Amino acid sequence: MSAAKSSPIEVSTPEGVQLPIFMDNHSTTAVDLRVVHAMLPFFTNHYGNAASRNHSFGWTAEAAVENARGQIAALLGGDGKEIVFTSGATEANNLAIKGAASFLKKQGNHIITVETEHKSVLDTCKRLQREGFEVTYLTPAKDGLVTPEQIVAAMTDKTILVSVMLANNEIGVVQPVEAIGAAIKARNPKCLFHTDAVQGAGKIPFDVEKAKVDLASVTAHKMYGPKGIGALWVRRKPRVRIDPIIDGGGHERGMRSGTLPVPLIVGFGKAAELAKAEMADEAERLERLRTRLLKGITAKLSETYINGSMEHRLPGNLNISFAFVEGESLLMALKDVAVSSGSACTSASLEPSYVLRALGVGDELAHTSIRFGLGRFNTEAEVDFVIDVVTKSVERLRTLSPLWEMHQDGIDLNSIQWTPH
Amino acid sequence: MAYSEKVLDHYENPRNVGTFRDDNVDTSELGTGLVGAPACGDVMRLEIRVKDGMIADAKFKTFGCGSAIASSSLATEMIKGMTLDQAAQISNTTIVEELNLPPVKIHCSVLAEDAIKAAIEDYKKKHAK
Repeated sequence: MSAAKSSPIEVSTPEGVQLPIFMDNHSTTAVDLRVVHAMLPFFTNHYGNAASRNHSFGWTAEAAVENARGQIAALLGGDGKEIVFTSGATEANNLAIKGAASFLKKQGNHIITVETEHKSVLDTCKRLQREGFEVTYLTPAKDGLVTPEQIVAAMTDKTILVSVMLANNEIGVVQPVEAIGAAIKARNPKCLFHTDAVQGAGKIPFDVEKAKVDLASVTAHKMYGPKGIGALWVRRKPRVRIDPIIDGGGHERGMRSGTLPVPLIVGFGKAAELAKAEMADEAERLERLRTRLLKGITAKLSETYINGSMEHRLPGNLNISFAFVEGESLLMALKDVAVSSGSACTSASLEPSYVLRALGVGDELAHTSIRFGLGRFNTEAEVDFVIDVVTKSVERLRTLSPLWEMHQDGIDLNSIQWTPH
Repeated sequence: MAYSEKVLDHYENPRNVGTFRDDNVDTSELGTGLVGAPACGDVMRLEIRVKDGMIADAKFKTFGCGSAIASSSLATEMIKGMTLDQAAQISNTTIVEELNLPPVKIHCSVLAEDAIKAAIEDYKKKHAK
């Protein structure tokens, strides 16, 4: 038990809690040691090129890659032959959207997506707009959800692709992809459905057949695998065709050339296998931790606002606005806890979170938002420590906040003539 | 981004936090500057207490990032003991240098400068007649 030196608030570190605490599992995750152990032989002993067809080094590597394809496909409900390895999910999203748009441009030029998608989807769509494609960006409801009806209403005879993420990286909101897939295919079976499944795959049940998706992006490092390896699942029946964005030796059925990083792929496969096997238990445990975190915080603090649906949400996600306390100043107070904020001050653009904006969260609340991302290695003791440090820090920062004082005095902050800068 | 030692010090031990409202002070001695906007992520309120043309005391409250809190805390320290004219001369670059603020945080120092000027303005307006 020790109080942090020079800290303006008194917090004690419980037995068994190691600082700093990582509670930012939407940004990345620690590699599970079981994954590391699976990978190690492929750095040292089995270092062959999976494309080498004429010696045992190559065969061993190829067999390991094929095994990993099967493990990843099993998590998604597809077939190993449908896995196209990429450098990560950003590339997978680029390949899905640019590849589909390029291949289908004679069929139509309209793409539908959602304002809360990841930047690797939104910026890819923006580039396509500059190349003559038309893109509809749907606004979700206040809880972050889009409806199948919204999507069908936006579809035209020119629509070639709909891209809707499985779960959001900031607010954890899970989209109804099965209903969306069914609605798209009912309207036009030829229109492709892509989902960025990065945050949801391995965390919640997801099946490419049930969701009727044609393309699904995933990445290893969000599911306790290594960074630097992702995949695009590309449907084979009926066959979905996309143009490559990287040309070369024709690897990955011509869709993504480049030597396969065998150790990373083996790690990805193992991570997917573990995620599938442990998903149900892990989800239950994370949801319990999240409930504890939420209750602990709201029991002690007033004027907190949850961003996004609590019902349709990843079990490990909590996104809360702490009114009257700017997010970056709170992150500074939580120096022993890794979380993130939708505050402008934490972004390069000096704009608050575009995801919260799309939900209609006011900028003044978006600036006060904190994202907690609970993961496989977080413990109850860590959650209790975080509750303690968050509540004490928010209380301290509120004593510094003129807005909190005005609120306490019953002054309507909207009645004041502010000076935006 | 790493914060400078001075920003951390002012953030963790801010000087002169509060308001004179609770101190039974003659309000004619006070000037208040309220600058920024909640929607922009920072609001500073700087109060000065003026005696014989000198800033005898200053208090602040700030909603904003650590650098905004540090800038306003530093501003209260700087202006104490200054005449109104001297305080009005303080430029944000002094605050930037003192706190080693990175370029992305310069607007915090600008806001502190604005708060000082607004507080002086408010005091002068009260005594204009």
